[in-house]
Amino acid sequence: MDVALFVTCLTDTFYPRVGEAVVRVLRHFGCRVHFPKRQTCCGQPAYNSGFHPEAAALIRRLVDVFHDAECIVTPSASCATMVRRHGPALLTDEAAAEMARQVAGRVHEFATFLRDRLHVDIGALVRFDKPVTFHYPCHAREVYTVDDLRRWLGNSEMVRTPARPDLCCGFGGLFAVEYPELSGAMLGDKLDELMRTGARLVVCNEAACTLQMAGGARRRGLPLQFKHLAEVLAESLGLMEPTP
Amino acid sequence: MSRTNDTRRRLAAAVADRRVVAAVHLATWRKVDARAESFARLPHAEELRERAAQIRQHTLDHLPAYLEQFVGQVERRGGHVHFAADAAAACRIVCELATQRGLTLAVKSKSMTTEEIHLNAALEAAGVRVVETDLGEFIVQIDRDRPSHIITPIIHKDRRQVAEAMARELGCPYTEDPAELTRIARAHLRDIFRRCDLGITGVNFGVAETGTLCLVTNEGNGRMTVSRPRVHVALLGIEKIIPRLADLPVFLKMLARSSTGQPMGSYTTLVTGPRRPDDRDGPAELHVVLLDNGRSDILAGPMPEVLRCVRCGACLNACPAYRNVGGHAYHSVYPGPIGSLLSPLLYGAEHDALPRVSSLCGACGLVCPVKIDIPALLVRLRALTRDRQPALKRWMLRGWGWVMRRPWVYRLGQKTLRALLRDDGRGWARGGPGPLREWLCERDLPRPPARSFRRLWEEGLGNER
Repeated sequence: MDVALFVTCLTDTFYPRVGEAVVRVLRHFGCRVHFPKRQTCCGQPAYNSGFHPEAAALIRRLVDVFHDAECIVTPSASCATMVRRHGPALLTDEAAAEMARQVAGRVHEFATFLRDRLHVDIGALVRFDKPVTFHYPCHAREVYTVDDLRRWLGNSEMVRTPARPDLCCGFGGLFAVEYPELSGAMLGDKLDELMRTGARLVVCNEAACTLQMAGGARRRGLPLQFKHLAEVLAESLGLMEPTP
Repeated sequence: MSRTNDTRRRLAAAVADRRVVAAVHLATWRKVDARAESFARLPHAEELRERAAQIRQHTLDHLPAYLEQFVGQVERRGGHVHFAADAAAACRIVCELATQRGLTLAVKSKSMTTEEIHLNAALEAAGVRVVETDLGEFIVQIDRDRPSHIITPIIHKDRRQVAEAMARELGCPYTEDPAELTRIARAHLRDIFRRCDLGITGVNFGVAETGTLCLVTNEGNGRMTVSRPRVHVALLGIEKIIPRLADLPVFLKMLARSSTGQPMGSYTTLVTGPRRPDDRDGPAELHVVLLDNGRSDILAGPMPEVLRCVRCGACLNACPAYRNVGGHAYHSVYPGPIGSLLSPLLYGAEHDALPRVSSLCGACGLVCPVKIDIPALLVRLRALTRDRQPALKRWMLRGWGWVMRRPWVYRLGQKTLRALLRDDGRGWARGGPGPLREWLCERDLPRPPARSFRRLWEEGLGNER
């Protein structure tokens, strides 16, 4: 199967290893991975801030960059939701909106793509040699559930489910820099929640949440390590060297 | 810039008030869990939510007709109806009702609508003493405070603060025992109830079909307020109507469950007209004041569904932002997620910043019993006020958009970002300009690795099989 990777701007810039893991896992399951080089951002920061003409311009561009891809896979559920749900609604020109709807229908979040299109039993493949917990990203709600994410981590007794797995990390796009003190307090609640599980490894499939939580953990001196499910899979399958 | 900065300062101060934040955390989590449990036990909970949403939306879509029916029914049963275009008009109406009849002591059952119009201050200025009879509101009143939650007005206070206020203002012995404090307040209020001549209430639901006013309380004070005094004045927003008495159970099932997790409020009071000749109690006169105060404008505007709100407070309890600041930080009678919609829509630009005080996590929308898509509306409200955003922000977003439309500039931007972020020796930023400074107030920032994903791809990953 031919797959176009939509890596997202944050993963591209801050977490290239996640992109690499996605590529290696997709190839492992027989996909030919393409990387349309003109891709940048889905416009989500502008959309959430109410700057909709700016967001529309980026969606129009993204549709153009990916228009001939039969399958578009992204490691971010929030970017997938941006393209699938908000993108078409932003375009007032009917022809452009129709085009956006067509592309939107071909956008898949990485783990759901493995499960639904490649019929991979993710939970049976992942391996953990130390306790692990997870963060459910708020903006994954239209893509996968808390139970889906929990299932992808397998039946290992290493998995520690937090009492409130879907508690927000407090990022929220520009909110994080407009009201940093409040965003930081919400982050503190989230980190407490993760620390209470006793696990020190956190699976988080959203680069923005990881940026917030990993940065917050380091500032507070908490020994938390964050990984995308793609990295866990690539390591479990022997496709990448485990990080220390 | 200043509005954002004022809001930021206010929120930062609220976050730093550990005592309030701890009290609000405790109370909101308790309610979130109680709500979740009670909804899990409620058969067909989702269908009921859907039904409640439909009824409220249907009512709003046909509001003039239902209001006319409601007014006709109230009047047919001997009640008097007054229309108030705004807060000042509503206060004037209530004050005149009191002064013309020589009423001097008013008891009030908890009502956010009276808070919205600052009725207490107006009545006091007109020489009418007002006593709040909901325990939470009573404590707010004697402590000269403001409610910080639409259902739990003293959610920001701990036991000690309540005990101190009661001992100071009522001259009772100091105790932190909730049962004892309640007993003291009850004894104090009984005396007031014996002497009062005016009862003021809000209304949870006004039934168009019968002109019935439905009040839900947990302390029975609503019932005392509508049965004891000679005159009952009920104030409600024009949107608080439901079509039929048969619709009421849907809302009674949802309201208390959403608020506190109770299957129903402890006291549900239905008032249909003033005292009839064969009634044993009840007011001689019933006055219903219908308040507009910006609601017609909301109804005619881009997001009328905001008016479906039944003021249950579930979105406040669920909100991780509210949980970390409490209600006062919002500087509005209506705090939390629904308040961040209502305040700017009702009062305008001074509350422009509120829709942005949200991470858009969506917890509010999931618990709303009338299915208001609060996060989507917050985004829509942000879009409607974007031109009033600080120029710097507008320019930065425009500039960011310009960069993102040009892959080579974007790529240059990645390199520039890395260059701007000085390394602390372990791969993390030591400092940075502009918004990065704000980021670094609360968390560290990793330096982007020397090789972005696209560079990895070009340098070999793309050619591997």
